[in-house]
Amino acid sequence: MVLRGKVWKFGDSISTDLITPGRYYHLRSNLPELAKHAMEDADPTFSSKVKKGDFIVAGKDFGLGSSREHAPIVIKLSGVGAVIAHSFARIFYRNAINVGLPVVSCNTDQIDEGDTLEVDLERGILYNITKDVKIKYQPLPSLMKTILEAGGLVPYVKKHGDLKLV
Amino acid sequence: MIRGKNLAEKILNEHTIKDVKANDFVICEVDICFAHDGTGPLAIDQIKKLGKESVAKPDKTILFMDHASPSPRRELSNTHLLMRSFVNQTGIILHDVGCGVCHQIVSESYAKPGDIVVGADSHTCTAGALGAFATGMGSTDIAVAMALGKTWFRVPETFKIQVDGIFNKMVYAKDLMLFIIGEIGANGATYKSLEFSGSNINVMEISERMTLANMAVEAGAKCGLFSSDSKTKMYLQKHGREEDFRDVYPDENAKYERNIDIDVSKLSPMVSCPDTVDNVKTVDEVGDIKVDQVYIGTCTNGRIEDLRIAAKIIKGEKKHKNTRLIIVPASPKTYMEAIKEGIIETFIEAGGVIMPPSCGPCVGVHQGILGNGEICLSTQNRNFKGRMGNPEGYIYLSSPATAAASAIMGKITDPRGM
Repeated sequence: MVLRGKVWKFGDSISTDLITPGRYYHLRSNLPELAKHAMEDADPTFSSKVKKGDFIVAGKDFGLGSSREHAPIVIKLSGVGAVIAHSFARIFYRNAINVGLPVVSCNTDQIDEGDTLEVDLERGILYNITKDVKIKYQPLPSLMKTILEAGGLVPYVKKHGDLKLV
Repeated sequence: MIRGKNLAEKILNEHTIKDVKANDFVICEVDICFAHDGTGPLAIDQIKKLGKESVAKPDKTILFMDHASPSPRRELSNTHLLMRSFVNQTGIILHDVGCGVCHQIVSESYAKPGDIVVGADSHTCTAGALGAFATGMGSTDIAVAMALGKTWFRVPETFKIQVDGIFNKMVYAKDLMLFIIGEIGANGATYKSLEFSGSNINVMEISERMTLANMAVEAGAKCGLFSSDSKTKMYLQKHGREEDFRDVYPDENAKYERNIDIDVSKLSPMVSCPDTVDNVKTVDEVGDIKVDQVYIGTCTNGRIEDLRIAAKIIKGEKKHKNTRLIIVPASPKTYMEAIKEGIIETFIEAGGVIMPPSCGPCVGVHQGILGNGEICLSTQNRNFKGRMGNPEGYIYLSSPATAAASAIMGKITDPRGM
């Protein structure tokens, strides 16, 4: 799958508290409403300006902190096509795959806000169209790739009738 | 010679059919899985989407109401209703409002050495203190673990953390863990298992081992593990489940990705400064920081041992007039012990506020949300922007001793001077 979109750039250590603030705890049972506050404490204007297919690009340790899966869910619901970061916190990375949100781990230093990117998830190539720069990255391990391709962990388990390593 | 297995490899190996080593992908049976009122409702939805109406092991599947407890608003009351209804339908275990922080209860009542424990909360790693491979996941992973009784893992590489020496007065496991996180960084151990050992660990009580295991995730780690020993046995005995003890320890020739040696006799009280846990300084380096609120509690430091340390410093004193002091025992057992020992009386006489066993203000839902520009010194594990319900607030982290001293003085204070 090849994704194409525009970049919204963030820094290092974007915690799940910044992505889905605890003060909206009561909205966890209303995900579309919660999604209106996606990334709010990192950029209060994010949800009003993000367009379908855009990318979140960040620095180190994206998604650190709480295991709340609502973080990748609200990012996905806000239309983001993939999160591209220098590195990810462990639980967020796994949660993103489980809810069908693509995650790409690569050096993001040369990517700026407003750049247009093309991401080939299959081959592990990120092409920065604006800067005419290609970045190769390590694609997902095969199990995670298969879960993502199924649309997340629930469809994956339903498809195979069980939790299996493929 | 075949190389031996470290603790993570050994426990995972016992729960799967193939011989495991670091970096393998494996499917493991899980012994205990749980979620709470912040993550459980989504897990319940996902179980329904899987087409399941029951769980694999009802007597090993637990829901907790601890994050918004008692409920501060109707949306969350309705969430609690949904959870109670699922418990009635499936026969799983419920710890309702007031029954304590999930990680404390899992350690007191459920986790055993050698278990695999998975929970829909990042601090599930706390039970590593008992020699269980315990790790936090999201709601969907927990839904699958609840429904099928198993999950998949990438077997982590392990950092061996050798801790020797004797703590100086007023220096505790919390100071050690803040020091470690300051050294290796908030992502310094991402995906890794931290395995603690050494002469200091051998004499350390489970309460303090839980503080170390709890904050393993703050260095990015998947788990924080300890061998089981006489301290583990005593802890299980205290909680009426001596029969749950078994020996769990790494092989002698186990492989480690990195070795970290620490002499705790060189440590002084540490403070983590806003807005990342690895922004660690000694209490002397922090300087004059007035505190509007002090919070003593949480899965990191809300145990009876923590409350005793704080009460000893606070006894006969008053909290500073400009500082609020909030105390939340981590479990009903902790609360009862604190009442019997006169600790609660000490806190109330000092002007403290006692709240029911729960996560309290740590998650920013209720019961102690900071005002704009306010500063809180907390014994919790995280100080991210917005963590305590207001992105305009500032959070510092410390041991219960430093927190207690600071509550009296109204500013971040070295407890060694008290």
